[in-house]
Amino acid sequence: MSWDRLVPLLVEAFGQTMYMVLITLGVGGVAGLLLGLGLYVSRQGSFLQNSVVFNVINVAVNIVRPIPFIIFIVAIGPLTQAVVGRRIGIEAVTFAMTIMAAFVFARLVEQNLVSIDPGVIEAARAMGASPLRIIFTVLIPEALAPLILGYTFLFIGVLDMSAMAGYLGGGGLGDFAIVYGYRQYNWEVTVAVVVIIVVIVQLVQWLGNTLARKALHR
Amino acid sequence: MSGTPASGTTPTGGPPSTTTAQPAVRFVDVTKTFVTGKHEVRAVDGVSLDVHAGEIFGVIGYSGAGKSTLVRLINALEKVTSGSVVVDGTDITTLGESKLRHVRAGIGMIFQQFNLMSSRTVAANVAYPLKVAGWPKEERAARVAELLEFVGIADKARQYPARLSGGQKQRVGIARALATNPKILLADEATSALDPETTQDVLALLRRVNRELGVTIVVITHEMDVVRQACHRVAVMEEGKVVELGDVYQVFSAPRHGATRRFVATALKDRPAPDVVERLRARHTGRIVTVGIDEASGSSARLTSTLRAHGVDGTVVYGGITEVAERPYGSLTVELVGPDDAVERLVADLRSFTDVVDLGTAARPLDDPSVVVHADHPEEGPDPEHRSAGAETIGPAGGVRPFGSGVFGGPGGSVGGNDPAAGRHIVDGGDER
Repeated sequence: MSWDRLVPLLVEAFGQTMYMVLITLGVGGVAGLLLGLGLYVSRQGSFLQNSVVFNVINVAVNIVRPIPFIIFIVAIGPLTQAVVGRRIGIEAVTFAMTIMAAFVFARLVEQNLVSIDPGVIEAARAMGASPLRIIFTVLIPEALAPLILGYTFLFIGVLDMSAMAGYLGGGGLGDFAIVYGYRQYNWEVTVAVVVIIVVIVQLVQWLGNTLARKALHR
Repeated sequence: MSGTPASGTTPTGGPPSTTTAQPAVRFVDVTKTFVTGKHEVRAVDGVSLDVHAGEIFGVIGYSGAGKSTLVRLINALEKVTSGSVVVDGTDITTLGESKLRHVRAGIGMIFQQFNLMSSRTVAANVAYPLKVAGWPKEERAARVAELLEFVGIADKARQYPARLSGGQKQRVGIARALATNPKILLADEATSALDPETTQDVLALLRRVNRELGVTIVVITHEMDVVRQACHRVAVMEEGKVVELGDVYQVFSAPRHGATRRFVATALKDRPAPDVVERLRARHTGRIVTVGIDEASGSSARLTSTLRAHGVDGTVVYGGITEVAERPYGSLTVELVGPDDAVERLVADLRSFTDVVDLGTAARPLDDPSVVVHADHPEEGPDPEHRSAGAETIGPAGGVRPFGSGVFGGPGGSVGGNDPAAGRHIVDGGDER
């Protein structure tokens, strides 16, 4: 297949990947942040200590996170059916990616929050700040730099997940590389996709590092 | 800080009268127990005390004595297990969480590690409690500027805490704690992470806060020097209990409990240890006596006039006079040279108005009575098991000497023969501290 015909397909695949990745990062990122905050504030010794909430989230994260994504997509098929209405296609894949991303990010958020000096939280409590205010005006700002780096890490993980989308007819760059590169013995196509992905990752990592540096006042 | 509510309450501050109608904080038989697994730790054990409005109240104790827990009961960062804590007339042990937040907003707190938010500038850190309290933006800015001016770091407003020195960080902490015009300020080991010079600056600032703004301050510390310089009254804590409580000057001059004696000894190093006494006798031919100097006995001027009256030469060979709660206190060790009977009459005369320890001469050495007690119990070291036992052992000696008996009298008193710091005071009547 000539590049004349491949380029429009590649552009379309790129668009599909961006669609999946951005929606996953948006929805999964917010959900993951909330789950991570939930883990942190409910853990023992924290200011909203609650062992039931902590154990539920903790066990859920531990169950979901280690499952290889390709198996996870299939395993949550019934749930995808119930929510999205179908088990295949780009929406179905994006749904599965969002769930996985949320649980992965929850752990990253929790780890970064744990490193906050508890004294700063105590100081905010001593000033009469409510738990909700502490979460949004102390926890998140104080951990912002590592959270940005964690989110950057998540982006790359999500890009990796999106390569599996082809199995459910979701399209995207991964699917394009398999279908038009690997199966057609077209080495150039594979290399082109790899180069595009490497460039995206480099750009995003650079952006993440820059923002994190700005957020870190040391 | 004009126009602040606090400045209207007790404009002059200073040591308050004890007849204050309502205590700033009242502990009534307060107990706090922590349960970790199967272990139960009684951090605060049956404490009852009043913190008077307008005073600087010290709580001193070794780490683990329960003092940090005690102070956190005042703003309910920790909840009591039993008993009640009354803050400014309100029993806070009965309040719900949202009402407690309101109480906390009226109590400032500063910390050993400052606990500033690294993601906010100095100005934003100070503005934070104002935001919590719902101040409008323009008023916040004006108040922050006023506070930074008061603590002397107005030029650092736009810096981030990471760029500040420890002393500057604590100033920010103090500005932040004072932002909402609290009546009470809790200082949890506020100078423990600072060097000696910065400690002086921060203590001076705390005294100013107390004097000019009339803020009641509760100071938690393990350093008796902090109590000596800043506090009006002090409670000594050990194993969750308050073992001694009183006016700082009285506690320094007549410490009753073993723990108190050891703390006093760390702050006053005016009396020569036994090995120092031996060297003094070897170096000086005259009679060596240690004469107590305090406010009641009329300072060293009376010592000079008494020496003159008896025609005896006195040379200061050791000692130190310092300020305790802003009043003079200490002792001078003097070599007396003159006819034997004149020296004898002089010593008797000195004993009539102050505490005198006769150390004799090289030919006829006399022992400090409190050191004799010490030597009778050589096995009693500064280990925790003997802390309370020491109080009884030293009791009679403490009674004989109206003050200063704790300097090295108490078992395990830190001014022993091996204290390198003691040597610095030789032939120095002034205040080194």
